[in-house]
Amino acid sequence: MGLDFSVVPDYLDVIFLGALWTIAITVGAALLSFFGGIFFAVIALYAPILIRLPFRGFEWLFMGTPLLLQLFLIYFGLVQIGIDLPAFVAGVIGLGLHFAVYNSELIQTAIVAVDRGQMEAARTLGLSRGQALRKVVVPQAVRDVIPPIGNNMIALLKDSALVSVIGVTELTLSAQLAIGRTYRPFEFYVIAALFYYVINLGMEAVLRRIERRIQAAR
Amino acid sequence: MDVELMLKVYPFFIKAAWVTIELSILTTILGLICGSLGAAARLSRLKVLRYVGAAYVSFIRGTPALIQLFILYFGGPQIGIQLDAFEAGVIGLGVNIGAYMTETIRGAIIAIDKGQVEAARTLGMSRLQTFRKVVLPQAMRLMIRPLGVNINALIKGTALVAAISVVELTYTAQRYIGSTYKPFEMFLISGLLYMIIIYVTGRAVAWLDRRARIV
Repeated sequence: MGLDFSVVPDYLDVIFLGALWTIAITVGAALLSFFGGIFFAVIALYAPILIRLPFRGFEWLFMGTPLLLQLFLIYFGLVQIGIDLPAFVAGVIGLGLHFAVYNSELIQTAIVAVDRGQMEAARTLGLSRGQALRKVVVPQAVRDVIPPIGNNMIALLKDSALVSVIGVTELTLSAQLAIGRTYRPFEFYVIAALFYYVINLGMEAVLRRIERRIQAAR
Repeated sequence: MDVELMLKVYPFFIKAAWVTIELSILTTILGLICGSLGAAARLSRLKVLRYVGAAYVSFIRGTPALIQLFILYFGGPQIGIQLDAFEAGVIGLGVNIGAYMTETIRGAIIAIDKGQVEAARTLGMSRLQTFRKVVLPQAMRLMIRPLGVNINALIKGTALVAAISVVELTYTAQRYIGSTYKPFEMFLISGLLYMIIIYVTGRAVAWLDRRARIV
């Protein structure tokens, strides 16, 4: 059949729109995974044992199974219990929760590594345990793990391609739509790959900036 | 929870789990080959090879594995590559994880103290001898654990081939979710099987790592 990239320009607007959706999903899921990760880490370390143990089980299950399987569970599972979410929302929740668990692992280690003296000093100054965690310990822990969390976010961008499977019209599914009309899979998947690559480079640049800022603030 | 249904369908999941295991093993082998070649290219004295190695790592790690799989499986026939879904899955995933393994292997090799190389060269060993007898044995010990992390990701990554209709665990779960409307039960069966595979692999890696320790 050979290659013919001349059909690509006609569909560039579709692909471009798909890329915007990919960025929207990535940003949404990244925010969810960041704050979710902090929340999960605090639960895993400090919640009463009756909450902590089942929660550890949930973490264990999410770290040991593929994201694609989890997306199916969330998308179809929520429908089963009567919650009919748009695919986009289900995708953001699925990606966000998956990476929140990975971020939580990083943050837990960092919280444990924050010097005990910090907590003791905060308590001596009259802060409650919750306040000391929120204002003293957790911020320091999170700052320490920004670089590895950044790596997770890069992985999240690439894994966002998976939400095409549950019907979110992001970059991958947009390419598939164009392929459905033109029968040119090679051309459009390569174009989609290029878009991902460029978004990836942009994201790496942003993360490096954030890391430099944190270094300077120390 | 519908336990009766779970007992009825689980044999199909076991069968699918074997496909996942087969995929994982073949992908690991191909990934190690690609990773070794990639690391050799990145550490080569030839500038061209270094560029080729760096481009491989950058493009593969900079784009989604799913897209790479689609380019190979759906786009392949346009450039004369005809593969069935299973073959495309193994090659696509193997080349993908190979880029990550390239960095793992390269990292372990450059972590070996320079003094070791200098000492071996002073003793009259050739560059190749130095690499084979001094650097590589030490680097291999260092790379077992991080390669284990790569393999863990790879096992979960095999789920992607469900998107090109290879009948493995995730595809099977997806099909049964569609026909039974019991997503939670199907997730539980397939999830547990994935966790068993990952657990056993993790133990094997830990065992290898212990065996390889000098002290």
